[in-house]
Amino acid sequence: MATTTKSRKNGTTPASAEARTPRRVGFSQKLGNWDVKVAPYLYISPFFILFLITGLFPLFYTAFVSVHKWDIILGQGDFVGFENFAFVLQNPDFWKALRNTFSIFLLSSVPQVIMAITIAAVLDQNIRAKTFWRMGVLLPYVVTPVAVALIFSNLFADQSGIINDWLGAIGIDPVRWHADVIPSHMAIATMVNFRWTGYNTLIFLAAMQAVPRDLYEAAVIDGAGKFRSFFSITVPQLRPTIIFVVITSTIGGLQIFDEPRLFDQQGTGGSDGQWQTMTMYLYQLGWNQSNFGRASAVAWLLFLLILVIGLINFAITRRIATSGGKR
Amino acid sequence: MQSSTRRTRKGLMATAGIATLALTLAACGSSADGDASSTDGGDSGSSDEPVTLTISTFNEFGYDDGLLDEYMELNPNVTVEHTKADTSQAAGDALRNALGAGSGGSDVAAIEGDQFALFMQYADKFADLSDPELADRWLSWKTDQATTPDGKLIGYGTDIGPEGICFRSDLLEEAGLPSDREGVAEWMGDTWEDYFKAGEEYTEKTGKPFYDSAGAIRQGMINQMENAYEEDDGTIIATENPELKEMYDTLLEESDKGLSAGLSQWSQDWNEAFKTGGFATTLCPGWMLGIVEGNAPDVTTWDITNSFPGGGGNWGGSFLTVPAHGEHVEEAKALANWLTAPEQQIKAFESKGTFPSQVEALSDPAITDAVNPYFNDAPIGQILADRADAVTVSPFKGPNYQAINDFMADALGRVDVDKVDDAESSWTKFVNDVNGLG
Repeated sequence: MATTTKSRKNGTTPASAEARTPRRVGFSQKLGNWDVKVAPYLYISPFFILFLITGLFPLFYTAFVSVHKWDIILGQGDFVGFENFAFVLQNPDFWKALRNTFSIFLLSSVPQVIMAITIAAVLDQNIRAKTFWRMGVLLPYVVTPVAVALIFSNLFADQSGIINDWLGAIGIDPVRWHADVIPSHMAIATMVNFRWTGYNTLIFLAAMQAVPRDLYEAAVIDGAGKFRSFFSITVPQLRPTIIFVVITSTIGGLQIFDEPRLFDQQGTGGSDGQWQTMTMYLYQLGWNQSNFGRASAVAWLLFLLILVIGLINFAITRRIATSGGKR
Repeated sequence: MQSSTRRTRKGLMATAGIATLALTLAACGSSADGDASSTDGGDSGSSDEPVTLTISTFNEFGYDDGLLDEYMELNPNVTVEHTKADTSQAAGDALRNALGAGSGGSDVAAIEGDQFALFMQYADKFADLSDPELADRWLSWKTDQATTPDGKLIGYGTDIGPEGICFRSDLLEEAGLPSDREGVAEWMGDTWEDYFKAGEEYTEKTGKPFYDSAGAIRQGMINQMENAYEEDDGTIIATENPELKEMYDTLLEESDKGLSAGLSQWSQDWNEAFKTGGFATTLCPGWMLGIVEGNAPDVTTWDITNSFPGGGGNWGGSFLTVPAHGEHVEEAKALANWLTAPEQQIKAFESKGTFPSQVEALSDPAITDAVNPYFNDAPIGQILADRADAVTVSPFKGPNYQAINDFMADALGRVDVDKVDDAESSWTKFVNDVNGLG
């Protein structure tokens, strides 16, 4: 720290003085210069070194694996170029998995964000036992996903499930949760929502409490009702938070694994791949069929997909940010 | 002044915190030491190094009822730690990861019979367990499954899954059909044709399904085929094997006639149906008995025949292996050897009903006289021993067996369980899936 201050002092000597008497730069001063230039990078380097080891290296290694025949135990086989990618892209299972992933993602994320904002708005009011309610919504998040999946897959059992019992009581034919595509997605999305709605609610709640109260006061004076001020003040003020939640749930949603895997006992996503997601397909190739080459190809395709969606998110974010700035 | 006191206070707190942490850690450390030294103290006279062995199994092997404790008492220098996976697949995945990494995993790893072929191709990753003294311990077909072409034995057999047929006597009685053990066996006959014919009779009379699913019956039929999916050299023939296609067509025809309840095995609905009478019969390997009882503890009418269509059949049964990369291969071998000795497997049978694969155990009174009160006092030991004797075919299960078998389960499930496809198009998907294996 001491050297930094010294170097700063030296740095502030007028340039004209240097031009007058060019003198030899001492080692300690050089050290000081390095300190200023290099130290900040050193300070942040642990993250990047860790990222290099745990993030970047596996990424490129996966790319290396994906162009080889690769058995999980025997390891590297022949170089096959893009054969693995070609196989995966031509396989209907891959496209089915892609469809399922998006469908489950949409069925979970959209209602989740809407519900979370609504619940947060209610919790933001002056209600009794605030802390109790606020902690209450987080409770499902504490339950492990495995337990959630086990409970819900029983609730959603096709014949003996309680959900179908209830539907039957109000005169609706039993839904074939484990056989049909959309019902299975809805059931899985319910598990995801059960787990994540409370978490997002708390994030929204925190953001809502940061909204300046005088905006609401002004709105009340202007004669705005509760709903009007919710849509005209709360929601616009929450925009950055909404973007954050959407991005995190996108990344999580595209990698969804636990819930669909535990939706039935076999864990392969249904006999016809009704609810097999991308990560489950990857797992099936890599672990059930010992084919790491193909699994790595899927991993890379998934990575590219998330990248593309991330870029779209980024573009939208920028647009919203600039439009927010103009206001 | 103000700020400096605050700093000291903070410093104090930090010191206190670190001290607490250090104390806790020290406590942990010392307690671990204490344990180790107490085990040291326990072995009087023996100068052997203390060894901690890990063993991984799945479902129920019957080792928890004191067997492992007994081993530790006999070998005071050995501590055995037991990890249980919930399914054989999970156990297999974990083992594969360990073998791939060349480290980690357990010293003794259990592998399920159907998965075993997959691991046979990595035989050099396992310790050679062959021992002339043990040559005749197991049924020969059990040992054959774990022996490589060059004579290396990589697994000690634990249990086998000889199959009888479990039936609900009250349901058959209501339909005016034979309902006692012998009568039912006779009525169901000795071939699959007879079994299906009996099923058609039951379904016609009652309008109710006869068995749980086409996929379940497939397990019985596949295990009677010498080469269902692969030739002995591993060439995949699943897509053009007429025997397999015939089985597929037959099963789905019978489903069409309403014999199958269309309940996917292990699903919640399947579990429930044992209670509610969703089907009248199901294939019952030894290890299934505990599952039937667990699913329908209050039903008193489940029973088991001493017969099986198409000759005997074996479904499942496991092995204990010793991965070669382990640190204590010799000690692990000794443990696997001891656990799979007839005496110990008999105790496992008494605990969880896993039927021993050891020749000597099969004639032991503890097995032959065993009676299962839940199954209407069935002489279960005798029945399963007879069923094991009836097994004549040792199906070839190559490295792709499990993957193809899963595809077959899906192919039948699409039509029989989910009803989202017809037989022909589902078969096409099966062919595509199999061709995709590479």
